[in-house]
Amino acid sequence: MKTRRFSSLNVTLLAAALCLLSSTARAQDTDRTDPSMTNTPPPTYVIRGAHVVTVSGAALDNATVVIEGGRISAVGANVTAPAGAQTIDASGLWVYPGMIDAGTNMGLAEVESGAPGTIDTQELGDMNPNVAVFWAINPSSSHIAVTRVGGVTSVLSMPSGGTISGQAAFINLAGTSPREMAVAPQAALVVDFPRVGGGGGFAAFLAAQQGITQDALSQRDRRIDELRRIFRDAEAYGRAQDAYAKDPKSVPRPPTDLKLAALVPYARGERPVVFRAERERDIRNAVRFADELKLKPVIIGGSEAWKVAPFLKERNVPVILDSVLNLPLREDDPYDSLFENAAKLQAAGVRFCISTGDSGAHVRDLPFHAGMAAAYGLPKAEALKAVTLYPAQILGVADRLGSIEQGKIANLVVTDGDLLEARTNIRHLFINGRQIPLTSRHTVLYDEFKDRK
Amino acid sequence: MKRLLTLAILFMVAGVSAEAQTRGRGGGGQPRAAAEPAAPTAPAAAQDTLIRNATVLTVSHGTLNGTDVLLHGGKITAVGQNLKAPDGARVIDGTGKFVLPGIIDAHSHSMMDGSVNECTRSVTSMANTRDILNPTAVDIYRELAGGTTAALLLHGSCNSIGGLSTTVKLKWGHPAADYPVPGAPPGIKFALGENPKRSNFNVPGLQPRYPATRMGVEETIRDAFVRARDYKRDWDDYRAAVARGEKNVIPPRRDLELDPLVEVLEGKRFVHSHCYRADEILMLIGIADEFGFKVRTFQHVLEGYKVAGEIARHGAMASTFTDFWGYKMEAYDAIAYNAAVLVRHGVVTSVNSDSDERARRLNIEAAKTMRYGGLSEEEALKLVTLNPAIQLGIDKHMGSIDVGKDADVVVWSAHPFSVYAHPEQTFVDGELLFDRQADIARRPQLEAERKALEAADANRAPAAGGTPPRTPPSVRRAYTDDDDVQDVQEDNQR
Repeated sequence: MKTRRFSSLNVTLLAAALCLLSSTARAQDTDRTDPSMTNTPPPTYVIRGAHVVTVSGAALDNATVVIEGGRISAVGANVTAPAGAQTIDASGLWVYPGMIDAGTNMGLAEVESGAPGTIDTQELGDMNPNVAVFWAINPSSSHIAVTRVGGVTSVLSMPSGGTISGQAAFINLAGTSPREMAVAPQAALVVDFPRVGGGGGFAAFLAAQQGITQDALSQRDRRIDELRRIFRDAEAYGRAQDAYAKDPKSVPRPPTDLKLAALVPYARGERPVVFRAERERDIRNAVRFADELKLKPVIIGGSEAWKVAPFLKERNVPVILDSVLNLPLREDDPYDSLFENAAKLQAAGVRFCISTGDSGAHVRDLPFHAGMAAAYGLPKAEALKAVTLYPAQILGVADRLGSIEQGKIANLVVTDGDLLEARTNIRHLFINGRQIPLTSRHTVLYDEFKDRK
Repeated sequence: MKRLLTLAILFMVAGVSAEAQTRGRGGGGQPRAAAEPAAPTAPAAAQDTLIRNATVLTVSHGTLNGTDVLLHGGKITAVGQNLKAPDGARVIDGTGKFVLPGIIDAHSHSMMDGSVNECTRSVTSMANTRDILNPTAVDIYRELAGGTTAALLLHGSCNSIGGLSTTVKLKWGHPAADYPVPGAPPGIKFALGENPKRSNFNVPGLQPRYPATRMGVEETIRDAFVRARDYKRDWDDYRAAVARGEKNVIPPRRDLELDPLVEVLEGKRFVHSHCYRADEILMLIGIADEFGFKVRTFQHVLEGYKVAGEIARHGAMASTFTDFWGYKMEAYDAIAYNAAVLVRHGVVTSVNSDSDERARRLNIEAAKTMRYGGLSEEEALKLVTLNPAIQLGIDKHMGSIDVGKDADVVVWSAHPFSVYAHPEQTFVDGELLFDRQADIARRPQLEAERKALEAADANRAPAAGGTPPRTPPSVRRAYTDDDDVQDVQEDNQR
């Protein structure tokens, strides 16, 4: 296979053409992945002389990483470069796997307030398993480039609202279409687990305003029952469909039900169900619910996960902590209760990862969420895993992402220091094995105005 | 309670004769004093403290390795090597630790009880944030635990011209009267753009309020200053007549809305103006130039980088977020390089929180400016220490580690620009108001107290027959804009 590359003439012409465009057009262009990148085979790169933080294994000094066909093809101290590879001299630099944020609404919410036309996070209705984020991700969202130049290269983009919010997509942050971006188009089901005090739709929210009354408790239980029923229906629906597929002549064809059809893989425990739950009681309820129905649960939120760490450990339920930088839930909680949450889970052997929980604009702050957890007791190496390998494992994509290993997708960040430190600069970025320019809406506006007198 | 009673009496008097009330309060018709110093309680003599052998980030004169800092009588009295600990002094081993002046947050709504917005009119210069200080707000303690020791408490951004501001030290454990910084110049909040025009707050059935456009915001501010100028002339004429010895001159009627604006015109009250877009920044500079006052700080000023030259030439300062952006249309052109561009244009710039949450980690917000725009470490440190002190007019006493300055000092576990750092001790006026080890040691006792309270009959679960507790507070997210918060609301909808 012959690798096509830009000739220097082409680059010059491209630069000249860009200069002719208006400033607005330029600002928009940085938010798009150059389509030519998707029309050409991914180039071969050799990153040389770097301190390679593999995350999955020991860090390697003065090592080489080879990227071919979008994948990491070799890592090590004594690696021969393939012919025709572009060499990146990374001596004195560090190579990390790209960071992963497992709790965003990336590409669904451009301007959160005052521009409802740009918001696609929340569908009407209470049970929306057949609603999938994948169809609504805007590859041209300015958040995408802003996020990736900060070293976050993949995210879980989730729907919100209702009881069953819909299906989340796991995407890489480069590409001209959701299909190109998707690592797992239907990665997880998102459930806002019914609770007193806000969860499970607007009616529950209204009820919660009245305080914890007997009514509110029974309403929560009723909603949990409804959730149980739809999962059981889906399980039965799946069996009916299977029976029909096996014997279409004698078994009557079951009517198609899009909601139940969408739920089948989740009801069978084949794909993760992400339950939003913050408080001790709600976390326990969600996990017991998942156990009863034999689902594959993941808790997101988990503000009080540290209070139920042995329970989570025993059931092997992972937690996406998107609450590190939230204010403590209660006035009398220790001031660092959410900073320390991750360290306590780690010490107890609970699987966890760290997320910003941000809709998009501030997902680039992911390393600082992990850093804060490390400032309050989480070992540094664990903090790094919490934003690389652990989210990949929890969402079932660790065979492709989360560490620097042969065969994995080449999402790599080359830095001049510790990836989690605010003062560190990112020097090179690779997503899907392609080098991505370190530009975004922010760098373009900066270049445009920094010298204006 | 006393204040409420006074207010009630005032209202009753007002019902009879508004004029009598205003004249009675004015004390011979003088507009009220710019600063209204609260009566501070007698300062408890703080224990002396010697921090030994630390890395001291002075902010004003570089980094000093292996240095001691002596806190005595609420002041920094010595910075140097091998200092002698006074008798009875607390001695802290600063080996491996870093000492930074207390962080000053130039945009806060912490400890403001209830709503921060008097939203019913677009000019509310008669409202004063000092009236709603809540010294028991736990956010104060959390911010001390994040290394923040002082803040500018601002009225919300609902109004073109909002209420009066208060510069406070976070004197946790003290009564509210101890919080305002003595002698700090008074200020007032202005706001431009989406918030004063209420464009994101269209609730069906709610009466719309003028102004509804940026044109209207300009007109509202202009109208207020025209009225203030005329009002000032009336008073100037009156005083001149009295000075000439004229008899039976009738003083103008006091106007509590216009008094603070007269102080602005006289350069006695700082204008801190919330703003986003470049056009509205230029608009306010235009009004200020026309009426002959200076904007002290542009707050948020997220498009400041587009008009940094104009801001510098006007002589205004800037207090911004590092990289909070995109949460509404007017924040969509915000860039993380804003602070750096402003600094490079010679604008005294600070990084603020506008959030009880971010106020706990302004060190990292400052550190990011080294990545975004390449500020030096010293420039970045100034963004949250000396520069906000300059903006609030308190830099003589605060904002750096210098002998003679107030002992507002934080001992950090590592360089405060490292994400792995946390404050160990926080001193305000020499008083140890946060101590991580003491906090940790206190926890079992608090936990026991909590358990006892939960077991009390009134707190039992409904099924157990007790009185049901209120719904626990909901999640408070990172990245909120406290300016926009009108009431205790919205969080539950998440």
